[in-house]
Amino acid sequence: MEVNYSGDIMTLNMGPQHPSTHGVLRLELKTDGEIVADAIPHIGYLHRCFEKHVENVDYAGVVPFTDRMDYCAAMNMELGYVLAVEKLMGIEVNERTRYLRIIMAELGRIASHLIAAGTYGNDIGSFTPFLWCFRDREDILDFFEETCGARLLYNYNCIGGLTQDIKPGLEDKILKFLDRFEPEVDNLNRLLSDNFIFIKRTADVGILSPEKAISYGVTGPNLRGSGVRFDVRKDEPYLGYEEFDFDVQVGKGEHGRLGSCWDRYMVRIREVLESCKIVRQAIAKLSPGDVRENVPKRIKPPKGEVYMRTECPRGELGYYIVSDGSPKPYRLKVKSPCFTVMSAFRDMCKGTMIADVISILGSIDIVLGEIDR
Amino acid sequence: MESIAQLLQKIPKYDGLPEMLQALIPIIVSSIVIFALLALAVLFMVWLERKVSAHIQDRLGPMVVGGWHGWAQTIADALKLLLKEDIVPESVDRVLFKMAPFIVFLGAFAAFVVLPFGASSFVTDLNIGILYIVAVSSLSVIGIIMAGWASNNKYSLYGSMRAAAQVISYEIPAAVAIMTVVIYVGSLSMVEIVRAQEGGFLNWFLFRNPFLFLAFIVYFIASLAEVNRTPFDLPEAESELVAGYHTEYSGMRFAFFFLAEYANMFLVSSVAATLFLGGWTAPFSILQFIPGPVVFFVKALVLIFIQMWMRWSLPRLRVDQLMYINWKVLLPISFALILGAGWMAIL
Amino acid sequence: MNAQEIAALLSEQFGDRILESKPEELNPWSAVDPSSILDVCRFIRSDSRLEMDHLELLGGVDYEDRIEVVYVVYSMKHHHRYTLKCLLPREDPHVSTVESVWSVANWHEREAFDMFGVLFDGHSDMRRILCPDDWEGYPLRKDYKAPESYRDMPV
Repeated sequence: MEVNYSGDIMTLNMGPQHPSTHGVLRLELKTDGEIVADAIPHIGYLHRCFEKHVENVDYAGVVPFTDRMDYCAAMNMELGYVLAVEKLMGIEVNERTRYLRIIMAELGRIASHLIAAGTYGNDIGSFTPFLWCFRDREDILDFFEETCGARLLYNYNCIGGLTQDIKPGLEDKILKFLDRFEPEVDNLNRLLSDNFIFIKRTADVGILSPEKAISYGVTGPNLRGSGVRFDVRKDEPYLGYEEFDFDVQVGKGEHGRLGSCWDRYMVRIREVLESCKIVRQAIAKLSPGDVRENVPKRIKPPKGEVYMRTECPRGELGYYIVSDGSPKPYRLKVKSPCFTVMSAFRDMCKGTMIADVISILGSIDIVLGEIDR
Repeated sequence: MESIAQLLQKIPKYDGLPEMLQALIPIIVSSIVIFALLALAVLFMVWLERKVSAHIQDRLGPMVVGGWHGWAQTIADALKLLLKEDIVPESVDRVLFKMAPFIVFLGAFAAFVVLPFGASSFVTDLNIGILYIVAVSSLSVIGIIMAGWASNNKYSLYGSMRAAAQVISYEIPAAVAIMTVVIYVGSLSMVEIVRAQEGGFLNWFLFRNPFLFLAFIVYFIASLAEVNRTPFDLPEAESELVAGYHTEYSGMRFAFFFLAEYANMFLVSSVAATLFLGGWTAPFSILQFIPGPVVFFVKALVLIFIQMWMRWSLPRLRVDQLMYINWKVLLPISFALILGAGWMAIL
Repeated sequence: MNAQEIAALLSEQFGDRILESKPEELNPWSAVDPSSILDVCRFIRSDSRLEMDHLELLGGVDYEDRIEVVYVVYSMKHHHRYTLKCLLPREDPHVSTVESVWSVANWHEREAFDMFGVLFDGHSDMRRILCPDDWEGYPLRKDYKAPESYRDMPV
């Protein structure tokens, strides 16, 4: 949209307390009537000094801190960290641990994408999808609760294995859930994704071209929404993802230009079904074993540094760990997917309308806990 | 009002009162009756909305207060709102801020005076009834702008500006759609309009001819926008504007906005029921034993249910799309309809 | 390309401006002369053999005698990763910005400034990002002492 800003500019502070900033984010909007001339994000309201804290705890003690970064996908956060430390120490985990980690990570991805889709519906003004999504997410949280006792911050992965094995019979419950859940995705599509008003509101809004997306370091579903076929699980597999048969979903630009809010939203919905496929395959491959077989007695990695990244629901999460040979990390730096996509946000918002700012913000699906750390 | 005045006449020594009082008392009594009716209807509608939304969303809604399906929940909520502290923020324009909720409510309330609930249950039958409704119900826009301006809050300002633009724009197609009916009846009186539809559902204007059917749809869409219901709930779009023009309100004043919103919903549904669905007349002659007001309420409730159904299923439009629908879709259609209906009426 | 080849290519291209290379390590890296980091970044971004189009991570590490700025770069096309490092003095560290090469560097550099006090010359918007604008000190430095109070509020 080509707009000339001739009128007076009014500054509108959106947040840090606002229903749809998904946490404590402040957007400084320069508005001319309903049109947004500039949207400047101010972050840091949830800064909890994660990187400073972890320099003062031992390697095993970092795991609960990682949970609290992206509290919507805590399983995936801690998985990235333990994989980084295992890479640093050269630990290989056994098969059962690997598959259980994949099952949990993919269930976590489903739960996280359900939050993303539900809250996005809420942002666009439709409240019902939100509760439908949370109903199904609730079942996944029940599985997590049964496995590790917590519903939100799990502390389930540990360096070299898992804190405990799953309870007998959980596999069947998960399979039963998937059978029930997969048709629900079609229901959600009928209610929200294919809704005429929803498409009008999200297609052709907040375009992020592939070149721009790569330059801004955008990753995960947001990058794939721009049509770039890149997924860490496929392109740099970890945990044996190469053994699994699944597709990388990309935005196709069915409605309007490629890289719109609708594309990003739809990639998530399609990814949920891919995750279901992976979980089914992983459950079929599950063999008996001891999940604590490879857990080291004392964790003291050698001197050195490591960078490890995993595909999280919100993009690729990287851990850069510097070890000085002591039991505590010398430096731990997190590459946060939401942080990078947030830096592209200002570019995407220029010249849109106030309602579009909300729909762009919802479509990039940020969690402030991870941006601010 | 006549019937209330007649009832009052039966009170002994009523004639002995001064003339001034004799004229005033019926007005006051009928206002109280309408207000009580309205409050009761709104309480029921809020409960219904919560139940409808709950069942659409795969949950149960209020189940505890009052025993049977939480029927007393809204009564408890209303009491809570009335007992709350009356907060007036420091930097608001106090006079306008306090006045606004009542003006908004007044617009909805005053329109009820001419609604014919039954063959003889109405306050008054103005010969320009429908025109009066259109005029009075747009009064609430003034209250909304007052609330938005006086709150000294940018979100409120946005909300009220959106509301003003939206309500005023959508009044045009709504009024034009109403005119198609008026062409047939030849009168603006609400009672006359209902009488013209007596004798079964085939005589309802909804089913008279395709132009009127389309006029009903145009009116229904425009009325959704007038009462700020989804998909046209931009003035109070909670995900964009926090709560729109009533962001700064709480307690009893907020309750008045709430009351006005539901009263308006009830009003537009009643008007639609009167104009197109035959008002108090029964759809089949077998059902004529049912009292008129009951038939009227059932028809209004069906329309209210459709409003709720849409609210909990559809997302929200954007401002430019909203204006597009009004000026480029609804308005041309409604003009074509008035031509078509006029042509059919001549035939 | 594997890490050895990348290190060799960089040394061949930039000669002694590449101070040190450790391609055999778990996380292969090269230390670059801070004054030429922008040239190196431009080269690895545009050279058809490297095409490092994805800046994965940019952050500081405080080694008590020096501050390192670490650039982890990855090529989406060739699927290879390499790490560049700039060794800076602890007093008044500054290095040129790579914002023009990868847009995402803008925010990463602001974070490195916020946490380590590294100034990025030529940066378009060098403000603190996570801490409040009037915060004192650079929290992730090893000798940082948390203040007792901030604006009369106990920390």
